[in-house]
Amino acid sequence: MDIKFILDEIEKADPEVYEKLSPRRDILKSFGSKVAVAAIPIAFGSLFTKAYGKTTSTVIDALNFALELEYLEYNFYYSCTNSAILSALIPTIDKAAFSTILANELAHVNFLRNAIHNAGSTPYTPTHYSGDPVTGSPIVPAAYDFTAGGAFPVYSDYATFLTVSQAFEDTGVRAYKGQAGNLQSDHNILTAALQIHSVEARHAAHIRLIRRKAGAADAPKPWITGNTAPAAAVQANYNGENNTMQLTVNITSLPAVTGTVSSIAATESFDEPLDSATVAGLVAPFLLP
Amino acid sequence: MKTQNESHSLMAIPDDVPNPSRRHFFQLSAGLAGVGVLIGACHKSSSNNGVNLGSGDIGVLNYAYALEQLEAAFYTRVIASQYSGITADEVALLTDIRDHEVAHREFFKAALGTSAIQALSVNFSSIDFSNRAAVLGAAKTFEDLGVSAYNGAGRLITSAEYLLVAGKIVSVEARHAAYIRDLIGYNSFADNSAMGSNGLDLESSPNTVLAAASAYLNTKLDASNLPNN
Repeated sequence: MDIKFILDEIEKADPEVYEKLSPRRDILKSFGSKVAVAAIPIAFGSLFTKAYGKTTSTVIDALNFALELEYLEYNFYYSCTNSAILSALIPTIDKAAFSTILANELAHVNFLRNAIHNAGSTPYTPTHYSGDPVTGSPIVPAAYDFTAGGAFPVYSDYATFLTVSQAFEDTGVRAYKGQAGNLQSDHNILTAALQIHSVEARHAAHIRLIRRKAGAADAPKPWITGNTAPAAAVQANYNGENNTMQLTVNITSLPAVTGTVSSIAATESFDEPLDSATVAGLVAPFLLP
Repeated sequence: MKTQNESHSLMAIPDDVPNPSRRHFFQLSAGLAGVGVLIGACHKSSSNNGVNLGSGDIGVLNYAYALEQLEAAFYTRVIASQYSGITADEVALLTDIRDHEVAHREFFKAALGTSAIQALSVNFSSIDFSNRAAVLGAAKTFEDLGVSAYNGAGRLITSAEYLLVAGKIVSVEARHAAYIRDLIGYNSFADNSAMGSNGLDLESSPNTVLAAASAYLNTKLDASNLPNN
């Protein structure tokens, strides 16, 4: 079995084969010498499961899904903050916050595009997108309707814009959390996804604080209490956040400073994940065919 | 107080071996009034190198448990001796954070069961709890450190279930971090001092995190058996 020959053949079809197998480069080098011949097919097989089985399906799917959400968020903040009507309604003190968030979302789009590209795949692009999938402008107004058919007047009402912002950020946190297990095979990608995940949580906390200071009816805290939503129309985005069981531990049975942990604290202290199908359903009303 | 010797290999320090760090621990406990806060004094698996966090997923969970103990003790103190000029809303939300950190601490303790490390002795003598800037500055350090610790530890976890639960906690820590940052400087929730310019939050290895945390701990922690990749 000539491993070098096989790899060279694969390299003709996939120039990055050596790159994909790089974490095990030492093992590759040893194929010619110390590894018992009988062990080679098994070791080789697991290498390819790791490099292709995971990277090209599960991991890339998760990254493309994350990219889809980042496109949505970036376009949302871009189109809203560039709307003359809404822009005039955003208090000066909040403009800096949305500038920070917009810059973060753009960085996330670019990071994910490059990660997918570097893994040998073509990054997701929204409908009506015609630019380069890696380097083109990510602004795609034709792909989205952020009013969801008029249900959310995000361009003319600041409170509604904040409600939708909060829902997107809290849902983004849930979506990344739901993908963590799919990224476990690639440590560097998993770490980067976690680094994006906590940034989305920072965004969510700040938007909640803006709404709290503005006296929003649901009196949000920076963290999610029970399954309380900022509006009935986005209740589904918060369903399941009232979970109080973690692993096999009932959090409300644990000791607190006085008595046991309240159900409020139990739900606030753990954020809950969502799977990709559920998230896709939640964002569908904002997507144009 | 002494607990039975642990069965797994990382808890291999026999209880009958003279243990300088335990002696030191009790000496510290005796002299702590006014210096630090003694959370508890339950001995378990310590050696010259400190309390051994253990290996594998258990080690990573103990690492998280140690950080949550530190955070819970800090906010318990913040609420018990509130800084001057604290607003009602700050009391409400900082009390929430205390309760979250206590819930995290107790969760890890319950989940780890007999594999849990001992209660740690903390030392907040460097923090002036009557001063708003000092308290919030320390809170920012703890929260940003906690976020970077969980972000850096995800890759060390083998079990998908444990990874998920760590993910459920880290986003709450990030919410805390954002709020504390906003209290210090409004709109600094995710600015360039919180993260790099690439839009990614920070991530740190256990050694980096524990080196920073050691300034607030009397108990020495030994992370040498934690996974390293």
